[in-house]
Amino acid sequence: MSRILEEKIVKTLLFITAITAVFSVLLIGVFIFIEGLPIFFKYGIVDVLFGTVWNPTNQVYGIWPMIVGTIYVTFVAILIGAPMGVGVAVYLVEIAHQRISRIIIPAVELLAGIPSVVYGLFGMFAVRGVISSLERGPLAEYLPANYQTGYSILTAAIILAVMILPTIINISLDALKAVPREYKEGSLALGVSHWQTIYKVLVPAAKSGIITAVILGVGRALGETMAVIMVIGNTPLVPAMDWTGLFAPARSMTANIALEMGYAGPEHQQALFATGIVLFMFIIVLNSVTTLLVRRKARK
Amino acid sequence: MKKIQQKKMFSGAILTVVTSAMIVTGCGGNNTNNSGGAATNAPTNAPTEAASPSPETKVSGSVTVAGSTSVQPLAEELGTAYMGTNGDARIEVSGGGSGAGVKAAQAGTADIGMASRAIKDDETGIEPIVIAIDGIAVVANSANEVENLTVDQVKGIFSGQIKNWSEVGGKDGNIVVINREEGSGTRDAFGEIVLGEEPFVAEAIIQNSTGAVREAVSQDANAIGYISTGGLNDSVKAVKVDEHEPTEENIKSGLYPIQRPFNFLVGDSKDPSAVAQAFIDYVLSDAGQAIVAENGYVTVK
Repeated sequence: MSRILEEKIVKTLLFITAITAVFSVLLIGVFIFIEGLPIFFKYGIVDVLFGTVWNPTNQVYGIWPMIVGTIYVTFVAILIGAPMGVGVAVYLVEIAHQRISRIIIPAVELLAGIPSVVYGLFGMFAVRGVISSLERGPLAEYLPANYQTGYSILTAAIILAVMILPTIINISLDALKAVPREYKEGSLALGVSHWQTIYKVLVPAAKSGIITAVILGVGRALGETMAVIMVIGNTPLVPAMDWTGLFAPARSMTANIALEMGYAGPEHQQALFATGIVLFMFIIVLNSVTTLLVRRKARK
Repeated sequence: MKKIQQKKMFSGAILTVVTSAMIVTGCGGNNTNNSGGAATNAPTNAPTEAASPSPETKVSGSVTVAGSTSVQPLAEELGTAYMGTNGDARIEVSGGGSGAGVKAAQAGTADIGMASRAIKDDETGIEPIVIAIDGIAVVANSANEVENLTVDQVKGIFSGQIKNWSEVGGKDGNIVVINREEGSGTRDAFGEIVLGEEPFVAEAIIQNSTGAVREAVSQDANAIGYISTGGLNDSVKAVKVDEHEPTEENIKSGLYPIQRPFNFLVGDSKDPSAVAQAFIDYVLSDAGQAIVAENGYVTVK
């Protein structure tokens, strides 16, 4: 009798746990929408989403510069971080001696544990200096004056690339380890070289896992705030759409919210929540894509 | 992965519930204590001591203070400190802006209004009491050769018309303008005093705290920014403006131009309540002015 009761209690508790997660997401979503939607109605969805001027003091709320800034910096961060991360994973699974992996794996885990504000400090002191001497040195004649500050999309992307490495490495590592031994053995038995086996057999076999890893990395980069604020310059302008844009100071959506929430008046606050809505949409789309991929993998 | 996330969220939710419960009970306890104290003491103390209020006298009752959001944090600090010395008083500080502070003092909807600017000629019926002065220093990198800028040059730099240090007597180099985020009180004040109607240069780098501006300026030989004088330290150089350093004497004497008064406003038709007067006296006392200095503002004594 008591065992049945115990069972029931545990079941109920676990159910409440599960429901809390769902409920939290719903609550946060509803809250952001209630707070942020009025701005879209008042100033027009198109003007708010695609407006290029962000000037809350004069009631101009265009969040397009932040949307572009977010996409740009995330894209560059992935461009740098994904190949590196997958490379490290391949190295650890296929090439590294056990003794070396025993050093690298804890180091990667440590990387995941460093607080983002420390990444930001490192970026502000070290990376920014290198970028600014590049901008004011060999690139000075190609870049406009305000692209020579060291605060830039590239600076932020480099920091973000390092920050997403643990995510990408860990998940691709699992994916590569899950590839059946026979694939590799078969390939080697056919006389294919080790390197060719890696990029023709192992990596394609682990493809969906690696894609998941990259998408989770994108999620991490999208949501990062503190480190980005410290190195990106936070200028609410759309960066140039050629290569010089890499050196443009910009502002991400997360930075926009965190920077200005402190002193924002009522309407300004709504506009920041509107930024949150757009960010929320980005994350929903990203998570749906991940879920789809994972499901497709499971069906195989 | 999913499970871990859920677990995290759950423990987060519990934490939130627990802390909010604590906040609620904490507030409840305070409220009953204070109102109880006020109720028992008010009839006995108020009539006898209202005639000669002084900071030492225990007067009771509540004071509403409303207005400028720049003065608000300082007023809150002062209020907390005053309530520490006089447990029978309640100081309630709210925002609204300098304009609202003037209106509240005129209409008597607040005992004390707050304004972070001088009172205009057409704002009649109120008496301003300067409780502190906020000086804003223009800061440059220690390696920068420029020692002095005129107000017009500062305006030119922050509005984007002056782009190179050589235009103001420095070495050739693009000026890197570090600005504060929208909504910042320091930004509003600096804009009002220096730029007037002119907008800030859009290409500026934005940092959202005094410390971050200072850090950014100390990192870059070509950078310029502005911070409250209370935030100055050796890592950056405060530039002279119109040949005057942003020192305490120069700000008090009015020689240093980038400054604004923090005013308490009281209606001039009737005297403030005993407890409001006691609070004002406390703010202007040595103890009150020490708090003003602690918060990085210039004292008025």
